[in-house]
Amino acid sequence: MIPNTRLQVIWDRLLAVVEEQGQALMRAAFSPIVRECGDISAGIFDAKGRMLAQAVTGTPGHINTMAMAVETLRNHFPICDMRPGDIYVTNDPWIASGHLNDFLLMMPVFHDDRLIGCTSCTSHLVDMGGLGMGPDGTDIFDEGLLIPPCKLLDGGKLNTLLMDIVRSNSREPIANEGDIFALIACCETGADRLCQMMREFELTDLDEIATYIIETSRRGTISAIAELPKGIWHNSLKVDGYDTPLELNATLTIADDHLLVDFDGTAPCITKGINVPLNYATAYTVFALRCIIGPDIPNNAGSLEPFRVIGPTGCILNAQHPAPVAMRHTLGQMTPDLVYGCLAQALPGQVPAEGASCMYDLPLRHSPGAEDRNETLFALELVFNGGTGARPTLDGLSATAFPSGVWGSQVETTEAVAPVLIHRRELRMDSGGPGRQRGGLGQRIEMSASEDQDLQLFLSVERIETPAKGRDGAGDGAAGRIQLAENGTDLPGKGTFIIKAGDRLIFETPGGGGFGPASERDRGRLESDIDAGLVSVDAARNHYGQTS
Amino acid sequence: MTAANAYRMAIDIGGTFTDTVLVHGGSIRATAKTPTTPDKPVFGALTGARDVLKSAGIDWGDVTGFIHGTTLATNALIERRGAKVATITTSGFRDILEIGYERRYSQYAINIEKPDLIVPRQSAFTIKGRMNASGQELTPLDVSTVDGLVRNLEDGGFEALAICLLHSYANPDHERQLVALLQARLPHLVMSQSHEISPEAREFDRLCTTIANAYIQPLMAGYLSDFKARFEAEGLKCPILMMTASGGMTTVETARRLPVRLVESGPAGGAVLAARIAREVNMPEVLSFDMGGTTAKLCLIDDFRPRMARKFEIARTERFIKGSGMPVRIPVVEMIEIGAGGGSIATIDRLGRLRVGPQSAGADPGPAAFNKGGTDPTVTDADVSQGLIDPARFAEGRLSIDPAVAEHALDKSIGPALSLDASHTARGISEIVDENMASAARMHAVESGKDLSNRLMIAFGGNGPLHATRVARRAQISRILVPRDPGVGSAVGFLSAPVSFEIVRSHYIILDKLNIADINRFFRGMVDKAQTVVRSGASDGKANENRIAFMRYHGQGHEIEIELPPRDLISSDIENLKQAFEREYTRQFSRAIPDMKIEILNWSLSISIPIHMDSVTDNILDVEHGAPAETRKILCDVTGHWRSVPVLDRQSLLPDTEIQGPALITEPQSTTFVSADFSAKIDQHGNIWLTQIPKGAT
Repeated sequence: MIPNTRLQVIWDRLLAVVEEQGQALMRAAFSPIVRECGDISAGIFDAKGRMLAQAVTGTPGHINTMAMAVETLRNHFPICDMRPGDIYVTNDPWIASGHLNDFLLMMPVFHDDRLIGCTSCTSHLVDMGGLGMGPDGTDIFDEGLLIPPCKLLDGGKLNTLLMDIVRSNSREPIANEGDIFALIACCETGADRLCQMMREFELTDLDEIATYIIETSRRGTISAIAELPKGIWHNSLKVDGYDTPLELNATLTIADDHLLVDFDGTAPCITKGINVPLNYATAYTVFALRCIIGPDIPNNAGSLEPFRVIGPTGCILNAQHPAPVAMRHTLGQMTPDLVYGCLAQALPGQVPAEGASCMYDLPLRHSPGAEDRNETLFALELVFNGGTGARPTLDGLSATAFPSGVWGSQVETTEAVAPVLIHRRELRMDSGGPGRQRGGLGQRIEMSASEDQDLQLFLSVERIETPAKGRDGAGDGAAGRIQLAENGTDLPGKGTFIIKAGDRLIFETPGGGGFGPASERDRGRLESDIDAGLVSVDAARNHYGQTS
Repeated sequence: MTAANAYRMAIDIGGTFTDTVLVHGGSIRATAKTPTTPDKPVFGALTGARDVLKSAGIDWGDVTGFIHGTTLATNALIERRGAKVATITTSGFRDILEIGYERRYSQYAINIEKPDLIVPRQSAFTIKGRMNASGQELTPLDVSTVDGLVRNLEDGGFEALAICLLHSYANPDHERQLVALLQARLPHLVMSQSHEISPEAREFDRLCTTIANAYIQPLMAGYLSDFKARFEAEGLKCPILMMTASGGMTTVETARRLPVRLVESGPAGGAVLAARIAREVNMPEVLSFDMGGTTAKLCLIDDFRPRMARKFEIARTERFIKGSGMPVRIPVVEMIEIGAGGGSIATIDRLGRLRVGPQSAGADPGPAAFNKGGTDPTVTDADVSQGLIDPARFAEGRLSIDPAVAEHALDKSIGPALSLDASHTARGISEIVDENMASAARMHAVESGKDLSNRLMIAFGGNGPLHATRVARRAQISRILVPRDPGVGSAVGFLSAPVSFEIVRSHYIILDKLNIADINRFFRGMVDKAQTVVRSGASDGKANENRIAFMRYHGQGHEIEIELPPRDLISSDIENLKQAFEREYTRQFSRAIPDMKIEILNWSLSISIPIHMDSVTDNILDVEHGAPAETRKILCDVTGHWRSVPVLDRQSLLPDTEIQGPALITEPQSTTFVSADFSAKIDQHGNIWLTQIPKGAT
């Protein structure tokens, strides 16, 4: 038997190994969203396929999607057929991570000729062909190449046919190839480190450490759940949808030893690519819950098991093949607000208000035919964020990503690499929902082409029609707004548009909702907000009842 | 060039102690550790200087070199004791600071607050005028609004101003024009211009760096003038050189203008020392491991040079969490600092797991064993309870150590939770903290694309030699060197720092389309600037020039440093650069990517004039040889059993002495622990080499 303190050291080591794995992947990645936002995942599994450790990376979209994916792959391929140097791959959205761009690899790890577990990782590739990253595909076949689970490496030998297929089906073949190599390096790094650890601690298998990690984490999670009130709570969230508003519904059951979220009552899938496979909706839902319930317990099979998510087949949060899912994050990132609406009833005064939530990404490209006109060819994936919801005891954070962990872009580096000019990037006065705690502010970006050429814009954002609601009597945050300056028209939140040469795009991100009645806001802090230009004198009078 | 027989003095003012070292030729003649005098740090420094002069029996006339390092700049930023600062940015970009990278530094923490970046929105002003990324003026500076700005700056009672206009790294004309206009009207306002402080693209980082500089400038300028005046009054004849974060030295005048470069200069001294030892023992790849009372600092050394970074964070909200502080983009020795030191406190978390640090009992009350009122069990208490610290010899007997109190602290809060006795609880604490440090080292190596296993660890700081074998084993490192005087590493390191200045500047190009004439002109500008600074600190001596391009594949984030020839580029260099990049990329990532465009955004130039110095480890002091070895009982970290081990006095160990672990080697400020699976050997410089014995060899 391994002494208790030694087990803890080994656990710490496994957590360090997955972080190293994650770093190895991010360093070599091509996809900007991976590099800037850490849109990856890396984990270690035992021989039974149970996740023991997962890297804490930039976005929650892979939390327990990877755990489920490895289980699926292991059921798909008999263990007796696995050999050292094998690596399996798939980008099936319903197995990997919700859309075709996310590749998942799994590598069985052998120690002294015995399979002791596996390493796995996920990363976002730049382009998988099809219509590209936009909501306009009507089914999965429009969205690009789907690779069913198969061997990427067979005994260390690369599946060159598969690589040829990936290259031939992408607008970014070189970057895709680089990203796949980065994923392979990540699996290999993890496997190397794991074997090194086995030698150092003289282990022959992971059984005892696995039981210790999983049982300790499960116990900790269940004791955190035990402190919660028991019951059933319901919430309904209206979202913009593609062109008509949709309703998302959730029922949260807090039981003695688990939490169950059921999306029953949620609108059905639509024929645009904002449908969400259940694995991805689960990732964001569980992330949101774990921010409040046991956030200090690492992600593994034990800590994740008590969080269960279901939804009726075919609802927009449990989309089925062949529904289009390219922009599944647009609604996936709204699920924390949905489930917080339930949790806030169970835990009054402990759950933040709604926020901008869906990231305001701004993918820009040269317009069609640019090459023939000798215009500059480019592709940019800018990300801007709105405000987060006010917290029970703190204001919301202005222009800050939540629930995703994406990084915003810098104006100078953006202008250096692409023919765009940004004229303004400032906080939007009065966009934070009024409340005892104020919602975070959104921001206003104005941009145009810096050369004489049109720009093509792909939008898939939320909260244009339905602003972030305040909680406990507070006001809503401002809705997002996207306009073209020339004729002052408002653009819808989703679709493909052209910014004419010389015209300006005005891109305003939403504010977060407030928390608690605005009349209870501390007057000193209100004054300070007015002084800083975050709240106008008018708004102070109208929303906060400021008299002087 | 400094003559080999001259006296040189180094003073390192730390938070608690001021270390003073006097060397003559190649050897340390005197050292002093005096309490830092926080109200007027120069007083503590003067005391230390008088002490060492007296014990060496010389006067100021004999001192031909003087190097100073101080934590004052760092502390002013951490403790928020700087000036009232306003900013001026480009119109439309008032919120560079508020918006930052739009990021929470902790994924699961709902209730985080963003770091305080010194300047509130109320103090952020803007002016119209615009440059583009290649430095062309799109809109002229709107000078008509300067009157209003002057009024705002006067009314607000500002003491310093940070100016950061978009793309000023590419064309600083608007910043200069604005400063000229404002200076005429506000001659007493101290101004920092972003293109001078940090000429790199990324407006948030550049603005933060400019603010940090402006914030401490009035304070540091006053301090430096006073320091200089008092030492001159005392009799100092030679110029004062200041230690910088990049591990080089600069003049007081440059330090007054760019005080942000003095931040974190103390730890850099330790890395410089490790680099010099690396060269002396001809080990190009080293992990420098400096473990003190509160933190451990790790630095990779390659080709005898400490690894450099262009960015670090100051004043973190959560001290060891990336992204929770204020970014500062200046050339700096890259250090990983983690909350693992002798004073780090052990706790049990809610999963029943043993955790160590980052909370620290500090120097006061300190570990429980110090018997100064501390009750929390610490890493030092764990070491005491394993018998690794000899109470009689600890800190030359200046601090009393009570093993019974240490054991009581372990038994009280940790032992019962783990169902372990005090000694095994102690062993558990060591295992956890050593694993933390080894993980940090491994992680840093991965982030840097380096391997740890073939490196030599150079261990110093009060606790470095005690934990070295235990950390090295976990980091797959099998050789360790413990230098002489491991307790005063930083100040000794100052004495081997070169006079140097480094500039990193942005200029975006695609390698295939590189305009040779442009880039040569760009570099000549940087060379002129750096030469001026360096020559004012060292008028003769051969200057080493080092040019680096930070290259990457288009669309990829990770930059790879490629050294450029120290001369104007010619067109045939482009192909060589491409090949060098692909070679290095292949080394780090196994495969190069053919046909991918290569781009460069940042370039660096450094000019340094090395100080000639004989090895300070050259001469062995007289030793009292043959002192009989004592023994102690320790808990063996390999077997987990108690055993009796020899305790040796380092002073008594002659070169070529070999010692088989387990053993303890003691000296005034630290103890070297030779684990059972290591052997120790003393070299002719007095260094202790620890070598792991391969498994099965014993």
